[in-house]
This record gives sequence, structure tokens and C-alpha cells, in this order.
Amino acid sequence: MSTTLFLILCLNGLQYGMLLFLISAGLSLVFGVMGFINLAHGVQYMVGAYLLFAFTGLTDNFMLSVLLSLLAALLFGLLLEYLVFRHLYKRSHLDQVLATFGIIIFLNELAKVVFGPATLSIELPEFLAGSIQLTEQLRYPIYRLITIGIGVLVALVLYFTVSYTRIGMLIRAGATTPEIVSALGVNIQRLFMIVFGVGAMLAGFAGVIAAPIYAVEPGMGDNMLIVAFVVIIIGGIGSVGGAFVAALLVGLIDTLGRSLATEVLSLVFSPSFANQIGPALASMLIYILMAAILIFRPRGLLPAKGVA
Amino acid sequence: MDRSLLAGCIIFIVLLAMPMALPLIGQAYLTGLIIKAMLLAIAAISLDLLIGHGGMVSLGHAAFIALGAYAAAIGLESGIENILILLLLTLALTGLIALITGSLALRTSGVYFLMITLAFGQMAYFTLTSLAVYGGDDGLTLWSLATLFGSDVVQKGHGLYFIVLATLIVTWWSVFRISQSRFGRVLRAARDNPERTEVMGYSVTRYRLIAYVIAAMIAGVSGLLQVQHAEFVSPAMATWQRSGDLIVVVVLGGLATRNGAIFGAFFLVIVEEVLGSFLHEWRLIYGPLLVLMVLFAKGGLSDLVVPNGPVPNGPVPKQPVPKRDNGHSA
Repeated sequence: MSTTLFLILCLNGLQYGMLLFLISAGLSLVFGVMGFINLAHGVQYMVGAYLLFAFTGLTDNFMLSVLLSLLAALLFGLLLEYLVFRHLYKRSHLDQVLATFGIIIFLNELAKVVFGPATLSIELPEFLAGSIQLTEQLRYPIYRLITIGIGVLVALVLYFTVSYTRIGMLIRAGATTPEIVSALGVNIQRLFMIVFGVGAMLAGFAGVIAAPIYAVEPGMGDNMLIVAFVVIIIGGIGSVGGAFVAALLVGLIDTLGRSLATEVLSLVFSPSFANQIGPALASMLIYILMAAILIFRPRGLLPAKGVA
Repeated sequence: MDRSLLAGCIIFIVLLAMPMALPLIGQAYLTGLIIKAMLLAIAAISLDLLIGHGGMVSLGHAAFIALGAYAAAIGLESGIENILILLLLTLALTGLIALITGSLALRTSGVYFLMITLAFGQMAYFTLTSLAVYGGDDGLTLWSLATLFGSDVVQKGHGLYFIVLATLIVTWWSVFRISQSRFGRVLRAARDNPERTEVMGYSVTRYRLIAYVIAAMIAGVSGLLQVQHAEFVSPAMATWQRSGDLIVVVVLGGLATRNGAIFGAFFLVIVEEVLGSFLHEWRLIYGPLLVLMVLFAKGGLSDLVVPNGPVPNGPVPKQPVPKRDNGHSA
């Protein structure tokens, strides 16, 4: 294995990790602050991707479409919150799982009906489509580098907001003792709605970013949802920093594992055996990591203060 | 005789009569559909022991159905034909795996238990996809099925129907007996207040583990019979969406009720069939239907649960907010 290939894999892993972070940050906040299990978070990622597809078709302007998609994703999240989710906050986790599962079924089917079951792709505009020379032998797509940059930016903004602003303070306080925050005159319902809207928008944003890289298809959010859950369990529920570290960890392990598992195994076992087991083992790595974390460090790597 | 027992007996009498009654109205093909619903009900009853009585919400239960099915399929491919030996194989495999994964998973509780069972379910799924000899991703069509001492009575038609029905009745009866026994009462006590139960001298984890293993083995049996019915196994049986379907069945039917899982299973199969017959995109109705049922029909289909009331067998009470959940059982 050459250094160049290894570098490319690491960059791909980082880029995937950033995408995971965008999805899991919202999931983690909603889960940590409201104690709400939102299985429909994954379809919000899908909605973002389809929105971008629809808007690029309508406007023919990529950047404008991204902005419109973000706005629409936010509105869509708020609409779902208003129609369904706010009635579920006080219900048992089981009810939440069931209702949000129903939303997944509905939206996946709706995407199939509106856009068809086939895989769609979105062309990048010219100024994003190129790649740049990083080292002598390594060229890397600009778009993926930008994705990494956006991830870092969002992480910083979120971290700053949660740690140092008034609304962040209210979110942290609301996570620990919602009754007291409410008694102090804070409109907790509105606070929850804001957290939810931002979470939905981030998931939609992840979908927007992912759409030109990966395939846009019905059900594309289902697997991302599960990986996002893995991320927030590893990172610690409700913790933005934890989600960031865990997302990068999961992104790197998953990407490197998929490329290297077979090679590593064939050092020990026969090549045919390694070829058979390698891919399955690679897909399993992140789940093994999560199970290990749950067993030995149940609150995650960087548990949020007051939340755990 | 109490009402739930009566309701159960009526269901089973109707099911017993079906193979004779359906041909009279020219709908003999419906027996296949009923078998499907009964197989789903068997697995759902076992999950209700976990969720309803034990308060352990597992999002990986479908993996045990798939494991049971694969145990049977691999046995068949290796030349074992006797269904009783295959049954032993299935029970041994699902029981063993449940014992291992359960003892790890039960170090957590609540939402964390849901996630770790999901993780184990995904591991099972990816393991099954790697079995290239047995079809890998695509699954495996079985050309020869299990026999009962050389007789094909357990393979198709009425023989299979009555075997599945008998299994359903046995499962229904034994899970009910288990839930009413001292074991079941400890399980529910641990669901409602693990600390207090622990202090009373019961090892909460041990009780939960036993329930987990029993539930997994029953799900495995459902998988074995599924092989006989569908003549096909595939890793798709183990996906988390299938586990989600099982939760839907259990919750819609009514948690910790005697017949809830059966109602739920038939409801799901009938909804799929009826909606699917006039609308190809039946999920557009099914999804919102689920949401509405959660929002407005809190007690489940089985109308025996008093909503919000502290009934002895009642549904899992709202758990404390998860942030207080430190991830340990007790």
C-alpha cells in the first residue's frame, strides 16, 4: 500500500466523518436535550438530497439551490415538529420509535412516488468539479475538501453556540432540568422547536452535501440513520464535541476498514478466506466499536456534562 | 374463564377451521397469508416477553429469526432432513448466541439496550451476507425441505398449516404461563423498578437474560418454520427494518397482553394485503396510519389495557428521561 493511497483513504474517511457529524450533531442534541428518539432523522437527510435535486432542476443555479434546499429543509423539519413530534415528547420511547418509524415508511415511499425508484445524480457546477494537487502524486477533488471544511466550520459554530451563548446555556440547562428552566420563564416549547429545526436543517444540509457525491435514492437515509446512532452512542448522547470526535473516528475506521480489512486478514489467513470474511468484518467494525464502548464506557467517549 | 382467554380460544378455533372453510368460499390461497401472519405472531409473542413484560426494547430481534432460519437452511444443505434435529440445531444456535450477546447487552438498559441490540443485529446481518457458500447477499433457495421422519407432512399445505398453528398455540400458552409465573412477576417488577427488585434479592440481570434467551429461541423457531413456508432464506430477514416491523406488531397489538401480538400480526398482514391490493404505494397510507395510531390509540389493538392505568400487566410506564439513565441496569 502506497502512502498516496493511504492519504486518499484518510481524506475520504475525514470527508465521510464530516458528513456523519452533520447528521449526528442534530440527532444528538434532539436526543440529549429532549430525550426524544427520532428515527425519522435519517429521512430528513434524504429529504435534503431530494430538495437539492428538485431545486437544481428548477433554478439551474447550484449555490442558490443549496440555499433554497437548506431553507426548505428547515421549514420541513419545523412542519414535522408541529404536526407530529411535539405530541410525542412526553410519550414513552417506544411510542416515539413507532411514530417516527411510520414517518420513515411514508417519506421513503413518497420519494419513490414523486422521483421514481431509480438512483439520481446531481452534476456539480464547474468551479466545484475540479481537483487540486496536494502532493506530487496526489490530486484530490475540491468538493470533498470543501465538505471537510464545512464540517469543521459547523462544528466550531455549534460548539461556540452551545458553550458560550445565551441560547446555548438555555439548551444545556433545558437538558438537565427542563422543569426549572420552564419555571424561570423560558418558553421551553419554543426552545425545543429551535433545537429541532436546527437538527433537521443540519441533517438536510448533510443530504445536500452528499447528493453530488453519493447516489440519491429512496431509503438512502436509513443506513445513515443507523450509523449516526452509532456515532452519538460512541461520542456520548447530547455532546456536540463527542459527536465530532466519534463521527471522525467512525468515518476513518469505516473507510480504512473497507479498503484494508481484506489485506490485513490475508496476512494471517488464506486469501480466499480473507476475501470472504473481509468485507463483512469491515462493515461490522463500527458496530463492534459501539458495542465495546457501550460495555466498557456506557456514557460514550466525551459525555455531555449534566446530560449523562 | 376470563375474556382474554376466551378471545384467544375463539381466534384459535377460527384458525383451526380456516383450511376447511376457505376452499368453500373459493379463497384457498389465503391459507398462505394466514401462515405468514401466524409466523409473524410467534416472533411477536416472543418479543412481547422482552418489551411488554421485561421492558427491554430490542431493535435486533429479527436477527434471531434469521439465525434460526439459517441454522435450518445450513442443516438442510448439509443433508440433515429431520425437522426435529433441525429444531434442536436452531434452538441451540439461537440460544447460544442470545446467551452471549444478551449477557453483554444487559450491562446496559433503556435506550442503550436498544442501540446495542441494534448493533448485534447488524453484526448478524453482515455475517449472513458473508456466507458466500449459502448465497451471500442474495440469499438461498432451498430445493429440499425438512421432513418428519421421512414424511413430507411438515412441508406444505394443511400439514404445514397445522404445525404452524400448533406452534403458535404452544408459544402463546407457554409465554402466557411464563408471564403469570413467579418468574414473570419478577421480570415485570424489574421493568417497573429495577433498583427495588435488586434490593429485594433478585438478580435483575439474570432474570432478564433468561427472558432474552427464551425470546430468541422462540424467534428462532419462527425462522425455522419460515424456511418451510418460504423455501428461501436471505440476510434481509435480519435487517433492522424487520425488527422495527416486529416492534410495530407488538406495540399496535398492545404490550404485555395475552393476545395483543396475535392481533398485531394479523393486523399488519391484512393491512399490507388489503391496502396493497388497491394501491401499489400502500405505504403512503400505512406510514401515517402508524403515526395516527400512536397519537390516538394508546392502548393498542387489544383493548384490554387501561391506558395510563397501573394495571398489573400494564404497558411499560413512561421511563424517566434518558439523560438520567446512566446506562447501567440498576
